[in-house]
Amino acid sequence: MSDQLDLAPATDLLTSQEYFVNMGPQHPSTHGVLRLVLTIDGEIIRKVEPHIGYIHRSIEKMCEKDTYRQIVHLTDRMDYLSCHINNEAVCLAVEQALQIEVPERVKVIRTIIDELTRLASHQLWWGVMGMDLGAITSFLYGFRDREMINDIFEETCGARLTMNYNVPGGLMFDIHPNFQKRTKDFVAHFKTKLPEYDQLLSDNPIFRARTEGIGYMSKEDAVAYGVTGPSGRASGFACDVRKRHPYGMYPQVDFKEVLMTDGDCFARYKARILEMWESLRIIEQLIDNIPEGDFQAPTKQVIKLPKGEFYQRVETARGDFGVYIISDGNKSPYRLKFRSPGFSNLFVLDKVARGSKLADLVAIMSTFDYVMPDIDR
Amino acid sequence: MYDFTTLVQSIGNFLHGQFSPGVATALEWTLVILVYLALYAILGLVLVYVERRVCAFFQLRLGPNRVGWAGTAQTVADALKLLLKEPVTVNKADKLLYNLAPFIITLAALTVISLVPFAKGLQAFDINIGLLFIVAVSSLGVVGILLAGWSSNNKYALIGAMRSGAQIVSYELSVGLSLLTMVLLTGTLQLSTIIETQANGWWIFKGHVPAIIAFFLYLTASIAEINRGPFDLPEAESELTAGFHTEYSGLKFAFFFLAEFVNMFTVAAIATTVFLGGWMPFHLGDWAGFNAVMDFVPPILWFFLKVSAVIFLMMWFKWTFPRLRIDQLLKLEWKYLMPLNLMNLVFTAILVYLGWHG
Repeated sequence: MSDQLDLAPATDLLTSQEYFVNMGPQHPSTHGVLRLVLTIDGEIIRKVEPHIGYIHRSIEKMCEKDTYRQIVHLTDRMDYLSCHINNEAVCLAVEQALQIEVPERVKVIRTIIDELTRLASHQLWWGVMGMDLGAITSFLYGFRDREMINDIFEETCGARLTMNYNVPGGLMFDIHPNFQKRTKDFVAHFKTKLPEYDQLLSDNPIFRARTEGIGYMSKEDAVAYGVTGPSGRASGFACDVRKRHPYGMYPQVDFKEVLMTDGDCFARYKARILEMWESLRIIEQLIDNIPEGDFQAPTKQVIKLPKGEFYQRVETARGDFGVYIISDGNKSPYRLKFRSPGFSNLFVLDKVARGSKLADLVAIMSTFDYVMPDIDR
Repeated sequence: MYDFTTLVQSIGNFLHGQFSPGVATALEWTLVILVYLALYAILGLVLVYVERRVCAFFQLRLGPNRVGWAGTAQTVADALKLLLKEPVTVNKADKLLYNLAPFIITLAALTVISLVPFAKGLQAFDINIGLLFIVAVSSLGVVGILLAGWSSNNKYALIGAMRSGAQIVSYELSVGLSLLTMVLLTGTLQLSTIIETQANGWWIFKGHVPAIIAFFLYLTASIAEINRGPFDLPEAESELTAGFHTEYSGLKFAFFFLAEFVNMFTVAAIATTVFLGGWMPFHLGDWAGFNAVMDFVPPILWFFLKVSAVIFLMMWFKWTFPRLRIDQLLKLEWKYLMPLNLMNLVFTAILVYLGWHG
C-alpha cells in the first residue's frame, strides 16, 4: 500500500492527490470477502472497482455432475439468507420440466416459508445496516426477532440456516404440528416489534441525514444494470417476480409490490421495511388456510429431465433469482446457470457511489444488501 | 464534615517533619503520581466493565458475567491478555513516532485528570487557571492521534487521524466557549472556587437558561472531542476498521483504549464540577431536614454519583445513535453549535452585567 502514497513536494503541498485504498477482502463492512479497490480524493470516492472471486466454489460446474436432487443442496450455499427460496427455484424448474403438479398443501407451505425466509433475511439486513452506520444496538434487535424464525425452521426441518427443505416434487417432510401456532405467535410478536425498528433507526435524524439523498440510483440505471429486488423497486423499477411471473401461492394472495421513486439509500431502506409488512400480510392470509393433503408429489427415484432448456425465476430477499437448466436428457444437467441478484446489484456500485464520501459507501453497500456467496458462486 | 484538607495537610507535614525539604517534596510527588497512576488504571478497568454491562443492557444481552463476581474480573483478564500480547511494530512505520503516540495520549489524559477535584481538598493541582489549563491540555491528545495515524503507514489510520484532527480542532471551540459561558457566571477559572460558588445551588439549576444550554453544548462538543459515538469517526469501525489505532496491538493498543475511557471520565468530571456542583450535595431550598440528610452522604460519593450519571448519559448516546459523516459533523459544529455558543455567551454576559445571575 505504502508505495502508492508518494508525498508531494514541499511547493505542492496544497494540491490534493488521488490515492488507492483496498477495502476488503477482510473488512468489517464488506460482509464477506468482497474486495473494493477505491480511488479516493480525500474522503470523496472517485472510482469503485469491485474485485470478486475470493469465495468462488464453482457451484455451477459442480451442478453438471450432480443429480437434480443434489443440486438443491448447493443452492443453499449461495444466498444463504434466502436458502429456501433458492431451493424452490431449482425445484420449480425441475417440476416445470417434468410437468409435475405439486399438491396445494406444498404450494402454501412453500410460500409461507418463503416469506418467513424473506423476513429473516430483512431482519438480519436491518440489524447490519444499523451496525454499518454505527448504531450497533440495532444488530442485536434484528437478531432477537430473527431467532424466532430460525426456531420455527429448526422445528420444521432440523436446520436453522441451510434448510434444504424443498425437494423436487414437494417438501422433504410434513410441517411440525406446532408450525401454525409458532408462526402465528411470531407474526403477532413481530407486528409489535417492527414499529420499534422505525423508532430506533428510521425516525432518527442522524440516520436520516446519513441515508436521505445518498447513493441515488435512477430507474434507468436500475434497468440497465439489472438491479432487482427491493433495491431496484426503490428506484421505481417494477421487478417483483412474485407479481410479474407468479409462482406458488402468490397469484392467490393479496399483497402490494412496494414501489418507491426516490432511489436513494433511505428509499432502499424503506422499501425493505415496507416489504416486511407485506410479508407479514401474506403469512397471515395463508397460515390458517393450509389445505390437507400430501407433502410430496410422487416422483421417480432418479430424476431425468427431458432434452431442452428450462428457466425458472423466483423473488429472493435480494431480487430476481433465476435458474437456467440445459438438459441433454441425463440425470444431471448439461449446463446450469444461476442468475444471482447480488451480482447485478454489486456492479452498479461504481455508478452509484462515485462522488460520495467514504462513509456513504458503507451506507450504500448496506442498502444494496450484498451476500458474498450469492455473488461468487 | 468531610474535609480532606486536614488529612492531606497532615501527610504533607509528616513527610516534611521526617525528611529534608527536597526529599519530602520528592516523596510527596511520588505519592501523588503513584496514586494517580493507580487511579488511572482502575478507572479504565472499571469503566470498560461498566461500558460492557451498560451496552449489554441496551442490547438485550447480559454482557460479561462469568469471570469473577458478575463478570467483574473479566476486564482484569482482558487487561492481562493485552499485557501478554506481542507488541507488533509495522514494517516501514516511523518507529519513534509510532511508539511515542500512545504515551502522548496517556500523558494528556493523565494531566487533565490531576485537576479534577474529587472532594474538598482532594485535588492534586488547584491552580487559578484550572479550566483554561484543562482545555489546553486536553487538546494535546490530538497530537498523539495524528502521530499514531501518520506513523503507522496505513491509509485507514491516516484517514482516521485526519478526521480526528479536523474534528477535535473544531469541537475544541465549542468546549471552550461553553465553559467560558460558565466562567462568566462563576467569575473564576479555579475549579475549587467554582464548586464553592455552587454551595447554594448547582449552576444547572440557578444559572437560568444559559447554563442549561451550555451544559448540553458542552456535553455534545466534549463527546465529539473525545471521539466517542455518535462522533467516533476517527475509529469508525465499519468504515476504517479501527481508524488511527488499526496497527497497534498489545499494550500500546491498551494505552489508547484506556485513554479513551479515562477521557470519558474526565469529561464527565468537568461537567459535574462546572454544572452539577462537583462534590456539593443536593440541597432543596430551606428544607433543613432534607438538606442535613443530603449532607450526611460523603462528598466523594456525591461526586462519583454525578459523574456516573453523566457517563451513563454518554453511553446511552453511544449505543443508540448512528454515526455522523465527517462533513455533517463539521457542519453541526460550525453552523449550529458555534453560533449557538456565541449567542449564549453574549446573552450570559448581558445577564451578568445586569446582575441577574445567582
